[in-house]
Amino acid sequence: MQRLETIRVAEYSDGRKSGHSSWPTPYPGLDRQALGMDALVEVSGLTKRYGDTLAVDGVDLTVLAGEVYGFLGPNGAGKTTTLRILTGLIAPTSGSVRVLGGRPGDSGVLGRTGSMIESPAFYPYLSGLDNLRLLAEYADVPRARIDEVLELVDLTARAKDRFSTYSLGMKQRLGVAAALLKDPELVILDEPTNGLDPAGMRDMRRLIRDLGADGRTVLLSSHLLGEVQQICDRVGIINAGRMVAEQKVEELRGEQELVIRATPREQAGSILAAFGSVRRYDDTLRVKVPAERAAEVNRALVEAGIAVSELRSAERALDDIFFELTANEETAHAG
Amino acid sequence: MLGSCRAELLKLRKRSAVWVLFGSGLVLSLIFGYLLPYLGYATGDDNPQTDGVPRADILRGMLPERVIDNTIGGYPIFAGALALVLGAIVIGGEYTWGTLKTVLTQRPGRATVLGAQFLALGTMIAVWVLGIFAACALCSIGVAAAENGSMSWPGLGELLQGLAGGWLVLMMWCLAGAVLAVAFRNVALPIGLGVVWILGIETLLAGVVSSLLPGLKWLANVLPGTNAGSLVFSVTGMAAADAPPGVRDAVGGARALLTLLGYCAIFAALAAWTTRRRDVT
Repeated sequence: MQRLETIRVAEYSDGRKSGHSSWPTPYPGLDRQALGMDALVEVSGLTKRYGDTLAVDGVDLTVLAGEVYGFLGPNGAGKTTTLRILTGLIAPTSGSVRVLGGRPGDSGVLGRTGSMIESPAFYPYLSGLDNLRLLAEYADVPRARIDEVLELVDLTARAKDRFSTYSLGMKQRLGVAAALLKDPELVILDEPTNGLDPAGMRDMRRLIRDLGADGRTVLLSSHLLGEVQQICDRVGIINAGRMVAEQKVEELRGEQELVIRATPREQAGSILAAFGSVRRYDDTLRVKVPAERAAEVNRALVEAGIAVSELRSAERALDDIFFELTANEETAHAG
Repeated sequence: MLGSCRAELLKLRKRSAVWVLFGSGLVLSLIFGYLLPYLGYATGDDNPQTDGVPRADILRGMLPERVIDNTIGGYPIFAGALALVLGAIVIGGEYTWGTLKTVLTQRPGRATVLGAQFLALGTMIAVWVLGIFAACALCSIGVAAAENGSMSWPGLGELLQGLAGGWLVLMMWCLAGAVLAVAFRNVALPIGLGVVWILGIETLLAGVVSSLLPGLKWLANVLPGTNAGSLVFSVTGMAAADAPPGVRDAVGGARALLTLLGYCAIFAALAAWTTRRRDVT
């Protein structure tokens, strides 16, 4: 597979390089130097206003080289607007944006970026193959690459059929093929599993994971929390145009808890306090302790004569965190 | 730029609507240039269709020496309208299908993409003009052979001048369609407005100005249709009485040429300026 040269150092408009110690990290969870990675996408204070509507409101976002970054948010949160800005399709009202060390929409940047923004858009009267052929002409990509990407998204058999005859899932796959045509360093995919059946979704997730494993940087937007949780290294959560979090998935999910149903509960609670902070949740107790210590916790409870009817690990799903964060944000706005 | 041009030509080549427009232009040229005149010629002097024109004159109008008249005589009005539709569907289609975002996220910049689209349209219009010319030339040869008419042809310079003039007229209308499509980000509205302008409003304006407002003749003489008709009139050398609708000697050939070039430049610049500045949503 042909590889394009990766430029690892992104330069800011003021001459500083990415990873420079004086550059503030947008969120406490991100330390580029510690991670040993450079930022391919750096967005700071990004705002986009359409008349009275603020579509994107002071967004800070950093995508590091080689990571799969999930851009999560409900419909209408500002995900697609942000991605359109990153690909140079729309101009920001204010804020700074650097993609691959350059300005979004610059020829050099576009040549190293593959993207599928919103729905896949192709010429309906042309075949999938011809659509890719003409994109290859625009992007100056060798024709052999077309066969490779068609194979990659499993569209070779239908490549000569008109785009207008494709199912939604096939259109989506052609969109991903087009995004990969330039063998890009940075792949931006906006809701790539839309319209795919469960098998297609599974294949698409596998493909995206493979892209990340292959050293490519992937910026994936989605409103499907499970999808992001499965695929991404880090996530940024946007709601009503504002970024409400940007962290590693594990960090965002926070510390693990054990869920314990035991009798008598008060006595169990005082024993569990020795392991970590305890809270009541319905008729269970939740203690912040890693799952590896479950046997130890159980032994302590049983030795104290407490009847344990349930003991299990409770991982916070991204869904819970997402709703928590977006609800907090809405409450803050309302206040 | 070369790759972008190849991509644009591929799109045009494979789009059936483009060939339908070309075919319509060609068929109309042959019907009005040869079929109807030949029917008039074959049915004699006293037929009302010939309007009293001697049969010899009708025959002369179909012979090779008048091939340029028949090739580009219909360009200011009906082929011009088809060229406007071509510009509108090619550029407007990018907005209605959403393909503009796909194209603009490839390597080339916006100005390059638009420039390639205009170059490809210019190339296809040249193919169209040459196609109509070839068909008219074949008909002229056929008529001359059937009626023992003269086989003399216009000089090469006259041929080139006529074809280039015809190309410029169609290109100007095509760019008008393109700039309307960019302005409205649509296909239907530019076609509607453009065709109504070409087929109705401009003729109406010229009529009103000449009969009621002669002081505004200068205004009528800067309109695109007037200049298109004047350019065709000057490069064909047809008599005013023989001229088809839209072809007239309102302004001189040189002025018409400069005015049409000016319209082309303005339409292209407006389309480029708008495309470069505007968000692609």
